Amino acid sequence: MAAYTLSILIFFPIVFSIPIFFFNKEKTTLIKTYALIISLITFIISVYIFFIFNPDSGEYAFVERRVWIPLLNSYYQVGIDGISLLLILLTTFIIPLSILASFNTIKNRTKEFYFLILLLEGSLIGVFCATDLLLFYFFWEFILIPMYFLIGIWGSDDRVYATVKFFIYTMTGSVLLLIGIIWLGFLCIPYVGFFSLDLTKLITVTSSLPMDKQIYLFILFTLGFLIKVPLFPFHTWLPDAHVQAPTAGSVILASLLLKMGTYGLIRFSFELFPAAFIKLTPIIAVLAVVGIIYGALLSIVQKDMKKLVAYSSVSHLGFVVLGIFALTQESLQGSVLQMVNHGLSTGALFLIVGMLYERRHTKEISEFGGLMKVMPVFSAIFLIVCLSSIGLPGLNGFVGEFLILVGAFNAPNLHSYSYTIFATTAVILSAVYLLWLFQRVMTGPIENEKNKDLKDVSKLELCTLIPILIFIVWIGVQPNTFLKISENSVKKVLLIYDSAKQRINNNDAVPK
Amino acid sequence: MLIVVNTISSLVHLFSVKYMEGDAKYSRYYAHLGLFTFSMIGLVLTNNILLMYVFWELVGISSYLLIGFWYENKAPQEAAKKAFIVNRVGDVGFFLGIMIIFLTLGTFNFSEIFAGVAAGKLSGGLLTVTGILLFCGAIGKSAQFPLHVWLPDAMEGPTPVSALIHAATMVAAGVYLTARIFIMLSADALTVVVYIGLITSFISATIALTQNDIKRVLAYSTISQLGYMIMAIGIGAYSYGIFHLVTHAFFKACLFLTAGSVIYGMHHVQDINEMGGLRKKMPITFFTFLMATLAISGVPFTSGFLSKDSILAATLVFADVNGGINYIVPFFAFLTAGLTAFYMFRLLIKTFLGEPKNGEKFDHVHESPFSMTLPLIILAVMSFFAFFSFNPFGAESGWFLEMVKAPESLLVGTQGAIYHIIERAEYQELTHHFHYLAMILSLVIAGLGILVAYAFYYWKKVDVEKLTEKIYPLYKFSLNKWYFDELYDKTIISGTMMLSNISRWIDNNIVDGFVNGSAFITKMTSEGSGKFDNYFVDGLVNFVGGLVAFFGLIFRKFQTGRIQTYVAFLVFGIILLYFIFRVM
Repeated sequence: MAAYTLSILIFFPIVFSIPIFFFNKEKTTLIKTYALIISLITFIISVYIFFIFNPDSGEYAFVERRVWIPLLNSYYQVGIDGISLLLILLTTFIIPLSILASFNTIKNRTKEFYFLILLLEGSLIGVFCATDLLLFYFFWEFILIPMYFLIGIWGSDDRVYATVKFFIYTMTGSVLLLIGIIWLGFLCIPYVGFFSLDLTKLITVTSSLPMDKQIYLFILFTLGFLIKVPLFPFHTWLPDAHVQAPTAGSVILASLLLKMGTYGLIRFSFELFPAAFIKLTPIIAVLAVVGIIYGALLSIVQKDMKKLVAYSSVSHLGFVVLGIFALTQESLQGSVLQMVNHGLSTGALFLIVGMLYERRHTKEISEFGGLMKVMPVFSAIFLIVCLSSIGLPGLNGFVGEFLILVGAFNAPNLHSYSYTIFATTAVILSAVYLLWLFQRVMTGPIENEKNKDLKDVSKLELCTLIPILIFIVWIGVQPNTFLKISENSVKKVLLIYDSAKQRINNNDAVPK
Repeated sequence: MLIVVNTISSLVHLFSVKYMEGDAKYSRYYAHLGLFTFSMIGLVLTNNILLMYVFWELVGISSYLLIGFWYENKAPQEAAKKAFIVNRVGDVGFFLGIMIIFLTLGTFNFSEIFAGVAAGKLSGGLLTVTGILLFCGAIGKSAQFPLHVWLPDAMEGPTPVSALIHAATMVAAGVYLTARIFIMLSADALTVVVYIGLITSFISATIALTQNDIKRVLAYSTISQLGYMIMAIGIGAYSYGIFHLVTHAFFKACLFLTAGSVIYGMHHVQDINEMGGLRKKMPITFFTFLMATLAISGVPFTSGFLSKDSILAATLVFADVNGGINYIVPFFAFLTAGLTAFYMFRLLIKTFLGEPKNGEKFDHVHESPFSMTLPLIILAVMSFFAFFSFNPFGAESGWFLEMVKAPESLLVGTQGAIYHIIERAEYQELTHHFHYLAMILSLVIAGLGILVAYAFYYWKKVDVEKLTEKIYPLYKFSLNKWYFDELYDKTIISGTMMLSNISRWIDNNIVDGFVNGSAFITKMTSEGSGKFDNYFVDGLVNFVGGLVAFFGLIFRKFQTGRIQTYVAFLVFGIILLYFIFRVM
């Protein structure tokens, strides 16, 4: 079992997505239930992995390696550490919920829809498991296809523009990444002895590459990831894609797809090119801080709820990127946790917006108001989710934000307090835009006749929201359950930082 | 502090039973109130600054929920949001302060922090900055200038909530924090504390003079008294500041609850111009209100007299020791004391004495039920001196000040003159020395304030309206709360909105413009190359094809398929070749 654990996890949803095509098109309930069960089993497998995973080592666990394309010395090679495990758990947790959320919203082409979602799940897990660059790229690209169809087929009116924009934008990033991967493979031939894209091998040799090459490669990789995150100024595909995507699409996009970018920053940009990473930190840290404030400011003035949440994602992921580039134990662990937090809170916000959309078929904030009276339970959940996103102590957002800010405050890699001080202002701004959103949508008198008879949350909707709420509070009160998973992996990552810094100092000390 | 929180909290719970009766969200109200009490107790009990921050924020959110309790109306929601966001501004400072502490001292535990400061691990300018940053949290929570604007608006919440949160407990959290970190505040930081407190207490006292909403008057008076406490801590009169916090908590809770009782009796009227003569209809409410008013004005035999007087004496000591410019501290402190006596009696007279202004409403007024008046009576009795000290003229020997002694600053030797002598005999002596002067002065000033109030509003010796007209600009200035809201609205809020709109423009036109632009260029290039392909490349191909076709057309003529034609061509060809070769 142990030798195949990760493969089972990756391919379970993929393989079992195929039978969906043999189902009768009319029996939608069967299709839905089947997809849900498959995703739940996947979740159970991942929880099983969580329990047998040993967080003390920090090394890759469940490593599996077999020849894939012998011509390129390419291996099917997977393995996870604490950082990937958290993201895998997030993936397997969010997917069943987004399937649940689609039960009543997806009415046409149900077979294709659930097939694509399961396919997406498998490839996402693959991204977080792959330790061979070609395999990683394979999954990374593969995700675009189901996502393209999810937005393109089940999206709203302006979906073609959004899909094309999303596809081309992220494709551009992917191409840069591909160029980087191939070039890296060739450059390393003299050190490895043959063409290889094995991450574990490459990590040991990249520091021998000439510095300028390292920087070029770093830029190619990082641009690809930053577009995915997305970091200011590469973010404009995100609001459009979100606004057009169906609820499940938005949830998966925000909670999971964006994390591929931040994950890539740690796993590849940093682990492969630590020296270049350190050298270019100021530029990206500035972009991150600008993104944090800029995203928050933009959220304030949005009229569409989904756009508001989308821009808040830009702001929140700016925090994650800042934490990654600060490179301290606290900030990095905070970033990893914040990825999970963002997945939960923003995922829940998109679910909530989706529920409102189901009821009124609009996402305009001005169309709502006073819903608290007709939907008391819903409003309580909405408020808790908003507060979690604002970073109220006792809920999950606070822990991640706090760790990132504390870690970044006097991080040696940032050289300055000012990043953190500027970033902290977003703490105020996030309260402004989310509380204002809540106020305009939920409170006040009911002015729009159509809002008078809205129904409170149904049982099905509760089923999708309650699990998220449980984790929002769990992480807020007892974050250590999750922090300890990533602790040693982050420590190991930071060892790379120390040795890279040592080398830079030595190079600076010895005049050429 | 714990005693204060728990006593007042339970009394408020009791009071609310009737006050909130019939409200559709009765249970929710108690849930929020419970959450508040829980977080407040947590805040007081924790010995860890990070946990304190956690509870601090939880207190903030329960305050947000309670202010915005009547969510169907717009005003409470606006007020709730304002309270939360303004508090957040202060909290950012608090947060940064905690971060500096953690990064320099590596701990969140108070005693370890203090040990670290005493060992000099955090000192000099950074310590001052840390102190001021932490104090920023107090500025927000205790509604100090310049973040005081949220508290008056917070009066949109239910009145018992105002009594509990916005008078007695939560707003005192800022004072509590300042007291808690007092020993690590450097002299410069303390100076900031003193002047923030002084400015706050003076500004809000002047605003309270002209307000007409019974709860708003009390709100501004709360801010003013909080300023007093903050100032007291700043000048080193630590124990007096805490003492005032406690006495104030009781009489201000009493004032708010009596105001609640009045509002209940008047069927939700809050404008004091509509009231008057309520004494006859609501005797218990009146007497309890009177007791609390006497206390806040600093009349002898009340708790307020004890605490306020001590603070005033301490301001004199402060000025005497430090000299120079610091004399403005006692000056404004005494002035504020006079103003306080004036506006409180203005409120009392306009509400309870004189003739009823609104006869119809007056007829329906009734005294509140026992479950509401009982807490009032308890709180009013607590405003009596004997609870704190058996000597009505000095609190020194009372149990309270025996218990709360100013802790010695960790920064002995680096501080300004005044902080050197705290807790020494010299300081005691000086306090004692100024005590009588302060007592006489404050009595005179308070008496004057009360007299003027009576002259203005009861005996009508002075025509208030004429006076108002004469000093109209000043009156307007005070009525409009020094235009703070307008100022913030015009600068910070509009500024942020403008920045947001500019960002949106940039995002739509420049950042996205770049994306769409590059897409456009790509599209144009594709179209161009499409045309090129159609007309040139394909043209060339077609041309070649055409040429071939053309020749084909010609050559087809020869391909008739008849053998004789071919033989004829062959013969012609041979003859032609023969001649060609011959010629060559």
